Amino acid sequence: MSDVLTATGNVKLKGLRKVYGDFAAVQNLDLEIPQGSFFALLGPSGCGKTTTLRMIAGLDEPTSGQVMIGETDITHTKSFQRPVNTVFQNYALFPHMDIFENVAFGLRRRGQKDIDKSVTDALELVQLGHLAKRKPGQMSGGQQQRIALARAIVNRPQVLLLDEPLGALDLKLRRQMQLELKRIQLEVGLTFVHVTHDQEEAMTMADTIAVMNNGVIEQLGAPTDLYENPQTAFVANFLGQSNLFRATIDSVDADNIVASDKDGRYLLSRKRIAAGTDLTVGSKLLVGIRPEKISVSTHDQLSGEFNHQTGTVRDASFFGVSTQYVIDTASGDHWMAFEQNSGGTVISAGTKVFATWKPEHAFGLPGSEDVLAGDAVASEFETTGS
Amino acid sequence: MAFAHALGDSSTSSGAPTTKAKRKLTPYLLLLPGGLWLGIFFVIPIFILFMTALQTPLPDGLPGQYIQTFTFSNFTEVLSRPQFLDALRRSFTYASLATLLALAIGYPLAYAIAFKAGKYKNIMLIMVIAPFFVSFILRTIAWRQILGDEGPVLDVMRFIGLASETTSVYPSSFSVVAGLAYNFLPFMTLPIYSSLERMDVRLIEASGDLYAHGLTTFRKVTLPISLPGVVAGTLLTWIPSAGDYINASLLGNQRTTMIGNVIDSRFLGNVDYPTAAVLSFTLMLSILILVSLYVRRTGTDELV
Repeated sequence: MSDVLTATGNVKLKGLRKVYGDFAAVQNLDLEIPQGSFFALLGPSGCGKTTTLRMIAGLDEPTSGQVMIGETDITHTKSFQRPVNTVFQNYALFPHMDIFENVAFGLRRRGQKDIDKSVTDALELVQLGHLAKRKPGQMSGGQQQRIALARAIVNRPQVLLLDEPLGALDLKLRRQMQLELKRIQLEVGLTFVHVTHDQEEAMTMADTIAVMNNGVIEQLGAPTDLYENPQTAFVANFLGQSNLFRATIDSVDADNIVASDKDGRYLLSRKRIAAGTDLTVGSKLLVGIRPEKISVSTHDQLSGEFNHQTGTVRDASFFGVSTQYVIDTASGDHWMAFEQNSGGTVISAGTKVFATWKPEHAFGLPGSEDVLAGDAVASEFETTGS
Repeated sequence: MAFAHALGDSSTSSGAPTTKAKRKLTPYLLLLPGGLWLGIFFVIPIFILFMTALQTPLPDGLPGQYIQTFTFSNFTEVLSRPQFLDALRRSFTYASLATLLALAIGYPLAYAIAFKAGKYKNIMLIMVIAPFFVSFILRTIAWRQILGDEGPVLDVMRFIGLASETTSVYPSSFSVVAGLAYNFLPFMTLPIYSSLERMDVRLIEASGDLYAHGLTTFRKVTLPISLPGVVAGTLLTWIPSAGDYINASLLGNQRTTMIGNVIDSRFLGNVDYPTAAVLSFTLMLSILILVSLYVRRTGTDELV
């Protein structure tokens, strides 16, 4: 099986499925992860992201489908035969070995000679070289996390899997480790597959994000692409926040779309409409605007006929950098808006306001999408996540 | 350690003088019942035993009449008798064999209960403990039937051709060791089970992830982590086995006499209290020395 250990190339998942009883954790997943990239699998708990990761690691066997590295099929190999290493969620450091032996474990199993330098280098990479003789129990969570990383990286695997590696750390340490992980990934140039439910974590680190929900990939792309052009309501709500409402298409031309509901008319750029949206006049469309793109004012700022909603401020939270408003719109929705603190005053709750936005800042989704998809799960993570 | 810790805490804690005094007293109060128990039922009897070991027969007295003297000649005399030394050596050999046998059976059993039993875990644990509901003596006597010439063990062995019509396994040193291993098996299984049960299964996954196959994972990860349980189990099996006399008297013959049997017959049969006391003392000291060597050798003091 030495040919498996030396397999190299992109990670390819073909029609991957994992079924537990009558619950499909992962459904017909097709995915190609480019060699050397930092790839994030993002989704709420139970979306199948960890199961996917475990199938790549060889810790769970797929019900059907294939896992490949380059042209080598590794689907039916054991985890110890794969050129893949994992940083476990709870680190899983061996408590009976010191840090040096923990990091040396993989090298020793492969019968590598002269491992001292490799181990020392790996420990230097995570800046813990001076603690080689300690036991894992004597280290803080952040240090254990870095040891777990060193223990995996030292083997120079084709693919490094990270299973919510920062979940147990406090906010400040997590930020620091995000930068650290990114630095290390650039330095060693391995393929990183990072599983997380924290959208901010995924966006700061990953080159490519796959948003997963209910065992399928909802959308795949670069962080900015996913944020600016979500293709589904789930992505729009889970990755950041979105104000979504349904409108009817009135007219379509080469560049723009005009839609309307009983509260007003809305101009959208065709470039920002999700693929597969029905653009026939009279059909429904979901209009979405990110909170930071909305401008809140007590007087109507845009003189045109498009893109304003009236509402009442329900709640205003002043954060210093910005103010977050919750606005009850005329149609009864709750909108979120972030206003930069550019010297203006905070509008107090109960004030009647105009919410306006530029046409190029709105995006469109198929009208069949559920406005609330991903909303509940996203807010569930608000306290722990961002 | 816990005691010292408690004392350390109370000395640094602040508060009203009365609370402080009370806090200082608390650890001693907690220790009182156990301390009294140990004092009355361990320290005093040990002292009496030691004094008995120094007694000499009353001149022209009846058997069993001794006077308190302070001579150590009993020790030198008793320990130069081959009959006693053989019994002592035999005890340690049987106890060691029984411990190895119990380990060979108990470890896989504990492993299966901890990792493979699933929903049957509790039932299997109850089955390990269930024999305790039946008297120790009765269970040991049952082994006479099991190992007897007409018993199921020999029947099966004869059937598969491992034993002839004249083969006998009871009474023998084999049946004594088997009885010891059987009787102390739960003491071996439960500590190993509890250390395996506490172990994070992700460590096994991590080991596999780091290129170790099943056997290496067991050798490098599972076994070292369960070592405190193994040490506890072997001690809990070996110590009582070494001093046991029930198994040797119920499942053995004259050639399988263990030190416990000698002490028993010296004390109750020959009313030779000083010799029995010397042997008891010697047994205790040898166990103490061997156990401390063993614990130091396995280096688990910080893990236990």
